[in-house]
Amino acid sequence: MYEFSRGPLVWIAFVIFFGGSLYRLISMIINSKKEKVVHPYMSWKYGLRSILHWVVPMGTRNMRIQPVFTVLSFLFHAGLILTPLFVLGHVMLWKESWGISWWTFPETLSNMMTIMVVITGVIFVLRRIADPTVRYVSTFKEYLMLLVVLGPFITGLMAYYQLFDYRTIITIHMWTGAIWLIAIPLTWLSHMFYFPFTRAYMGSEFGFVRRARDW
Amino acid sequence: MEDRPESQVVDSGLDETIKKLTPDQIERVVRHVMDNETSARLKVYVDTCVHCGLCSEACQTYISRDRDPWFSPVAKVKNSIWELIRRKGKVDGAFIRRMSRIVFTECAVCRRCSMYCPFGIDIAYLLLVGRRICSLLGVVPKYLQDTTNSHAATSNQMWVHQDEWIDTLQWQEEEAQFEIPSARIPLEKEGAEIMYSVIAPEPKILAQLLGNMSQIFTAAGADWTMPATDGWDNSNMAMYSGDFEVMGRVERLHWDTAARLKVKRIVMGECGHAFRGAVYDGPRWLGWQYPPIPMVHAIEYYYELLSTGKIKVKEKYKPHVTVQDPCNTVRGRGLGDKLRYVIDALCENFTDVSPNHEHNYCCMAGGGTINCGPPWKKSRMLSNRVKAEQLEATGAEIVITPCHNCHSGIEDVIGFYKLGMHVKFISEIMVEVMDVPENLKA
Ligand code: SF4
Ligand code: SF4
Repeated sequence: MYEFSRGPLVWIAFVIFFGGSLYRLISMIINSKKEKVVHPYMSWKYGLRSILHWVVPMGTRNMRIQPVFTVLSFLFHAGLILTPLFVLGHVMLWKESWGISWWTFPETLSNMMTIMVVITGVIFVLRRIADPTVRYVSTFKEYLMLLVVLGPFITGLMAYYQLFDYRTIITIHMWTGAIWLIAIPLTWLSHMFYFPFTRAYMGSEFGFVRRARDW
Repeated sequence: MEDRPESQVVDSGLDETIKKLTPDQIERVVRHVMDNETSARLKVYVDTCVHCGLCSEACQTYISRDRDPWFSPVAKVKNSIWELIRRKGKVDGAFIRRMSRIVFTECAVCRRCSMYCPFGIDIAYLLLVGRRICSLLGVVPKYLQDTTNSHAATSNQMWVHQDEWIDTLQWQEEEAQFEIPSARIPLEKEGAEIMYSVIAPEPKILAQLLGNMSQIFTAAGADWTMPATDGWDNSNMAMYSGDFEVMGRVERLHWDTAARLKVKRIVMGECGHAFRGAVYDGPRWLGWQYPPIPMVHAIEYYYELLSTGKIKVKEKYKPHVTVQDPCNTVRGRGLGDKLRYVIDALCENFTDVSPNHEHNYCCMAGGGTINCGPPWKKSRMLSNRVKAEQLEATGAEIVITPCHNCHSGIEDVIGFYKLGMHVKFISEIMVEVMDVPENLKA
């Protein structure tokens, strides 16, 4: 099991993740050409202006009127994207298997960021349950998605602190990681790669066409 | 949550029409729209939405109804489009009725929520797809459908006949001449610089606005004209009822009329929808990237008159004023600064609203909601308590509303919440305070 997880599983996960994401993006571009009212109104300047406002913390009114959520959300997403890329264990694996390597986070930083992802993630689950508006639009799938997202981080922590049998945990960690990657192109986790496009389109609609601000 | 007071409202446009629907017909229409009329945007938006509810704080209906989850923008999508997609169009008449109520009377397609969603998901567009489906099924609030029928038959929104139209213009020309003897409303003047466009409520119920504009154009020395034929009204409620075929016809006739008169540009009166229809939705439906002839909204035109000194102010307007930023010209055209320039030039005592500019709350009359008529008025009022609170906080006595829907909608809000304020168009204030050159008075 451990061998399979380290070898083929990782490959399968990466193929589905990259292949699936690429497929979704290409079909989006083809469909948007068919739609005719998308491409003629796209503008680099206003698209980027909009993206910029929406990736800077407190860059928009909605972020400012909900400051706590904004801070949590930025911490969550930063940890979610950066930790898997720069955690020492992953980088060592890549070096071993593919001979590529880059910077790594100091262990305490990776550790803190992982804990942060888990804590903010749990807060998001609680928010879904406690806030009637969010609860109303949450189905089983939304909770499941949060579990999928948090899975690799929780098991990563367990492996780091050597809770339970290390080999078992690390196998589960790899499986949860694979599920996480596979889920991205298949579920609303795809907002990860759709974000720049939907944002740029609305930014262009607002800035280029309607001459107004969208933040 | 499903059984709300709103579901008790009687509207034959919904109640009677759903009786004639068959499941098969519903499914066919839903499939047609999903397969042939929507594509990337619908799919990407539905796939991207993370059900986070961050769009909620944008919506005046949600805030006004004590943050009732039902009224959050994403909930409106959930109860219409998501459900239709999930059930592949296999829904019954009762579902269509409820969806029709949501998309027509509980959302003003003001597009404020797309400024609050982190992904910029165009929720108003998704709900317009819902309107389109309802329209093809014939399940549209009765009063709104009537305006669309009027557009289809007469090309204007209120069944105004051509003779009434010409008559009204001539009558208002005479009215204007009481103030400025040389005032005219030049009809069918080929090659004029400006064609002035208005919407049907002007000749029908607010004719004095036409007289006001005659005075303003005359004082500014403008070279302008109005058509004597159909094609003068592009208020276009069909755009909002989902009857895009009629919408396209109305817009095409309007642009054709301007082309026939060989004008250099169109000045659109104080109406937001008409502007949106002419500049955005109409051309896109007709397959034009941009309008064929430049169009400026009245706010922009007044700005031009005041900033170049073509209109001078004799003595500023004294009463304490505030403003309603119309969605379709401020969020839809970025005219917020020019609007404030105009108000400052005309009025002595102005208190701004908060939030303002692009972030202003919709009047909740727009997007065809007010055209859904008396059955839905109470619901509309309950959906805009936040507007009453916002206006009251300014302490002003006059609300300047440079849009017909805002004008009527704010008037309703003022009455319902007993604010004791009054609404005015900019033109009404301008004719009061502008300086008419001596040579025109003779
Ligand atoms: S009324 Fe405006 S803010 Fe509310 S859902 Fe509709 S478009 Fe969005
Ligand atoms: S529309 Fe945007 S803000 Fe609203 S729930 Fe979906 S992702 Fe969140």
